[in-house]
Amino acid sequence: MSTITQNSAPLPSSAPIVKPTAQVRSWKIPITFGGFAVLSLLLFVGLGRGQRGELSTFRLSEGRDLIQLPEVALPTFVTGVFVAIVLVLLAAASAWLVYRHRKIPILLTIVFALLFLVGFLAWAASGSTIPVPGLLIGTVTLSAPLIFGALGGVLSERAGVVNVAIEAQLLAGAFSSAVVASATGNPYLGLLAAMVAGALVSMVLAAFALKYLVDQVIVGVVLNVLVIGLTSFLYSQVLAPSANLNSPDVFPRLNIPLLSEIPIIGPVLFRQTIIVYVMYVAVALVFFGLFRTKWGLRVRAVGEHPQAADTVGINVNRTRFVAVTLGGVISGFGGAYFTLGAVGAFNKEMTNGMGFIALAAVIFGQWHPIKATLAALLFGFATNLQNVLGIIGSPVPSEFMLMLPYVVTIFAVAGFVGRSRAPAADGKPYIK
Amino acid sequence: MSDATPPAAPAPARPASGPATKDGSERWNQTLRDITGGSAMISLLAVLVALVVGAILIAFTNEGVQETAGYFFSRPTDLLRAVWDAVSGAYSALFQGAIYNFRANNFLTAIRPLTETLTFATPLIAAGLGVGLAFRVGMFNIGGRGQMLIAAGAAGYVAFAVELPAGIHLIVAVLAGLLGGAIWGGVVGLLKARTGAHEVIVTIMLNFVALYLIQFLLRTPGALQAPGSNNPKTPPMLPTAVFPDLFGPRYNLHAGFLTVIAATIFVWWLLSRSNLGFQFRAVGQNPNAARVAGINVKNVYLYAMAISGALVGLAGVNQVLGTLTTGFSSGIDAGIGFDAITVALLGRSKPWGIFAAGVLFGAFKAGGFAMQAAEGVPIDIVVVVQALIVLFIAAPPLVRAMFHLPTPGTTKKPRIRKTNEVVAK
Repeated sequence: MSTITQNSAPLPSSAPIVKPTAQVRSWKIPITFGGFAVLSLLLFVGLGRGQRGELSTFRLSEGRDLIQLPEVALPTFVTGVFVAIVLVLLAAASAWLVYRHRKIPILLTIVFALLFLVGFLAWAASGSTIPVPGLLIGTVTLSAPLIFGALGGVLSERAGVVNVAIEAQLLAGAFSSAVVASATGNPYLGLLAAMVAGALVSMVLAAFALKYLVDQVIVGVVLNVLVIGLTSFLYSQVLAPSANLNSPDVFPRLNIPLLSEIPIIGPVLFRQTIIVYVMYVAVALVFFGLFRTKWGLRVRAVGEHPQAADTVGINVNRTRFVAVTLGGVISGFGGAYFTLGAVGAFNKEMTNGMGFIALAAVIFGQWHPIKATLAALLFGFATNLQNVLGIIGSPVPSEFMLMLPYVVTIFAVAGFVGRSRAPAADGKPYIK
Repeated sequence: MSDATPPAAPAPARPASGPATKDGSERWNQTLRDITGGSAMISLLAVLVALVVGAILIAFTNEGVQETAGYFFSRPTDLLRAVWDAVSGAYSALFQGAIYNFRANNFLTAIRPLTETLTFATPLIAAGLGVGLAFRVGMFNIGGRGQMLIAAGAAGYVAFAVELPAGIHLIVAVLAGLLGGAIWGGVVGLLKARTGAHEVIVTIMLNFVALYLIQFLLRTPGALQAPGSNNPKTPPMLPTAVFPDLFGPRYNLHAGFLTVIAATIFVWWLLSRSNLGFQFRAVGQNPNAARVAGINVKNVYLYAMAISGALVGLAGVNQVLGTLTTGFSSGIDAGIGFDAITVALLGRSKPWGIFAAGVLFGAFKAGGFAMQAAEGVPIDIVVVVQALIVLFIAAPPLVRAMFHLPTPGTTKKPRIRKTNEVVAK
């Protein structure tokens, strides 16, 4: 921040702004905790699964790991009862804290969630084995497009442009990366094409939103429909008849030496494809860019109060245009996951609503890159949990397992982040 | 997308004109400007531009065109003829599949495509009304899929599992479907009103919840699954609960179309003639001002989402009791919940506008299938054209710039068409 040459306007210091918080007694968290505690009592104790002394085994290492961790076997019923009792106690503790006008520490929420998860896994895996690394590896892989999409959404919305078109950006990225990678035989060029396609979609969004002042939600929805139609049409007309345009090479998993041998974390984080490695960088870059650079401060300024930003000499529409386009680049890159990271061919509507889940992750994550990433990971985890439990034989019908992440999200949105606040100028065009 | 500034409350399409003047010549001038610069002309041009873009896409991907382009410089007329053949073939098939079939030998057969159009339009209008109503209250209902599925499940269950006398059975089944949709939509309004949960998230999440719930019920004997079958499909609806055909068995158009007309009249009455509708519009314009004026904004969210859900549910009811009465699976919504968003946008969230937009999109759908069958042009092109129409209609300055039309009104600032909050600044 030392060499400011092009802009003579004094910049506000980047010290964190402490927001005054009102003391309001909110019973949402205790009620939500209570709900989950009752649920765990019903499931883990009431149903009495594993009363004949079955064990739930957690496998912590994969066969090819250097350092082999022992399997952890927990008695299903005892674990369930223990977890249920602790959850009830934690819920009571949170109620007591609220009654005393005290803040509920975030640690309490994390412990509560983890305990419920362990209890649930133990209950579901009664008499069988849960491969923990496999569960988590799949989580990171499945979350990748969601995280890219959410990052793109965060960038765009922080600048004040509502981005409902994440689905379109993902799909455009998937399509163009498949075509370019197949035509050139070089998957890296496919990645580049995905970024360009995502950027093009968001440029249309930005042009209509900023120049023609069309309602941004409308442009987003219409762009989704447009890209779905366009890619489906081109798929039927061009890709389907000639297979050589739709057979890209899939990126292999790259093991990072040393790091990939760390127990549990190694296989989960460092035995992934290049797309996932880029994702780590992207999360860090978006966070750093938004909150630690002059540019990021400007982006947030035009998203919160464009008039003030304009007064100090920031070009509002140009800043927004750049941010939205960058968001499109990131989302488009995420689209490449579908073709180059997973399936290996483009299919009609293959993003299958992932863009909308990414949008939910943006809102759930309170328009913050890290929180949105965590929200996306939650969705990925839930999807993969259903896959894993489907293999080991889940006690609940698979549909309800599939439903779980969405129900949890509704609870979370209603309970924890009820009043999630968007950037103040989100969705409003700026007219001098 | 903040709570305070509801997204996409497409304002009633006010005539894009300056302050009205009483002077005769002025008025004439104004009328002329309204026609050339106003929304009717814009809509027409938008459709035209969208069709041209569609034509370009059809031509570029046509095999004959690609072949003749190879020797363009030796015989350019071949390319032009190939382009003409491809485009005119596709669009005439589209027209004949949607409105009037010239090749038929009598009028009754020739008019059949038009009734197909209305059949396709029926659920689109119903769902469009629901989405549009939510828009008017400043809410974005992306939950059409879930509301349709729940409504279809409820109506379908009553229709095949409950035995009632003819007439009453149909009414009960329809009401069950409306109730199902209203509950699925009302939950969203309730959560928004009581906890501030964002309706976009909740509707998206409820779409998936409904999908998996219906899938579960469809494979559970005794629920929605047909007895003695392993397929995730319901038994056929009982004949007492099916919408009767309007013009006899040779046309697919059923009495569900009448319910949709009734729904359109109801929404028009609700929004422009009733007390509740006034509250809806007030909240949609500015929830803070509405609260100050003594309107219970929370209740408005609840009622609006429940009615919106019921209207979208009507689309699901029409699907199972009218269009596909031989039993349904989890794909019964057929993407109508999402199409409805574009229908509502094209109709500018006004009841009769949505009706017209629904008929237009129904025509595209009916014609699209005919075009796919006759010319081999994938029906997806219709989706592209529809999206472009809405995009162009939403951006009148773009269309005006394309055709060098005068900008209506005398204001120098670009006119904001949608966002009321900015106007108020």
